Amino acid sequence: MKPLIEFKHVSFRYDENGPWVLKDVSFTIDERESVAIIGHNGSGKSTIAKLMNGLLFPQEGEIWINDQRLTESSIWDIRRNVGMVFQNPDNQFVGATVQDDVAFGMENRGVARTVMQERIKSSLKAVNMEKYLLTEPHRLSGGQKQRVAIAGVIAISPKVLILDEATVMLDPRGRKEIMETISRLITEEQLSLVTITHDLQEVTQTDRVIVLNQGEVWMIDQPQAILRNGNKLRDIGLDVPFITTLSNQLAQRGISLQKEPFTTEEMLEELWTLHSKT
Amino acid sequence: MLNSMIIGQYVPGDSFIHKLDPRTKIIVIFFYVIVVFFANNALSYGLLTLFVLLAVAITRIPLRFIIKGLTPIWFLIFFTFLLHLFLTKEGPIVVDWWVFTFHKGGIIQGLIISLRFLLLILMTSLLTLTTTPIEITDAIEALLHPLNKVKFPVHELALMMSISLRFIPTLMQETDKISKAQASRGVDFRTGKFKERLKAIIPLLVPLFVSAFKRAEELAMAMEARGYQGGEGRTKLRELTYVTRDIVMFVIFIIMVIGLFFLRN
Repeated sequence: MKPLIEFKHVSFRYDENGPWVLKDVSFTIDERESVAIIGHNGSGKSTIAKLMNGLLFPQEGEIWINDQRLTESSIWDIRRNVGMVFQNPDNQFVGATVQDDVAFGMENRGVARTVMQERIKSSLKAVNMEKYLLTEPHRLSGGQKQRVAIAGVIAISPKVLILDEATVMLDPRGRKEIMETISRLITEEQLSLVTITHDLQEVTQTDRVIVLNQGEVWMIDQPQAILRNGNKLRDIGLDVPFITTLSNQLAQRGISLQKEPFTTEEMLEELWTLHSKT
Repeated sequence: MLNSMIIGQYVPGDSFIHKLDPRTKIIVIFFYVIVVFFANNALSYGLLTLFVLLAVAITRIPLRFIIKGLTPIWFLIFFTFLLHLFLTKEGPIVVDWWVFTFHKGGIIQGLIISLRFLLLILMTSLLTLTTTPIEITDAIEALLHPLNKVKFPVHELALMMSISLRFIPTLMQETDKISKAQASRGVDFRTGKFKERLKAIIPLLVPLFVSAFKRAEELAMAMEARGYQGGEGRTKLRELTYVTRDIVMFVIFIIMVIGLFFLRN
């Protein structure tokens, strides 16, 4: 796999005498890979997202995206490849109606009007919002607004989709809608996905997880391996899902399960197979 | 509450006038406003009135919406009428009783000015009644486009207008939420002296402003992330094109103007 995003010894701070928000951070994200970046509040995870499309620049180190070094002059090219969805559904909705908002990114890139109209339709269809073409934002729920934001991003067909805590402000139903939309889209559109979150539940669906602590990379591994560190994760301020805690405790008591369960159903499955075997 | 306030007074519909290009409407209304001042006799005023009444009839907007839109103006119209009634001392005296000395010229003048006022208000409110704010914004951007040559930031102005329009409902909802939150903490918005009620607005405004600034910052960041770099090289989804309908409108208007100049003395 070809690397898509590369951070090479990146350090960042907001002002010259301030503390370092990121310290010597290095990692790579491959094409079509889905990666979660987790960390407690203030661990620097949102800063990483903003560095990825040039909203901020690192003081030290290099960032490479799609074989292009991120500099002041390359940001507009890079932003073509990097789509971002932010936390607050209201504060990223620019257009007066759904179709205007989806068009906004394309308008900025000078896409022809006829192409725009087609892509608005197809990308709204991809997020199941095609019925709301002319709806104003205040008539939409938070989850619907976030789906429109996602449609606006995929309309410009980027290589990577960054979700900067995009589900934090949603109710459980909205969150579920978004997660389903995303997992379908990354296969359909062949996107890389970077999810920034502090919710360990969300990382279970990704290929790899980058755990941040105090601005440093604490661990990079597959979700199963990460979740096995139950108590250590809690020590750095993350909420470990109940099922993971349960299976870790079972393991401590010498009851080892065949497969690491992530959901209640998987846990049940493991438990009854174990029970019927013994 | 939201509906009546935000979209101003737009009444959805699909009449001839609703479907006109917003630029056509603005141009026609602009010249109508000028032309009104050229009328100087009953016939010419009659023609202008007929024009507005026909336009109102074509929109098929229920009269109550139009009258509602005029409520704040009635007083003004009545007041100008009274002013003329008392202050214009022209022509023979019609009424002479106690302090009331009305001249014929005053009555006529008062009526004319009030009618002129009414015509202007009716015509301009037709614009907001039949055009969505966003269409008006588009039209303003298109009409001001030539000013780009003298470095007037037309695109920025239009973007500012459309973003403001988009955030009005959001901020209204927020105001509602904050006022409930503050009321639950004991702030009294409804009773007390005027001064006290004015003071009660402060705990409403401060959080509203704080959040508005926060929103502005986040919005700017989201716009930048989505590749916004000013008006240059930007295409537009909304496109205004003049169609036959607009030409018909212009022709009718020009005929009316010519008629007006024939009828006036």
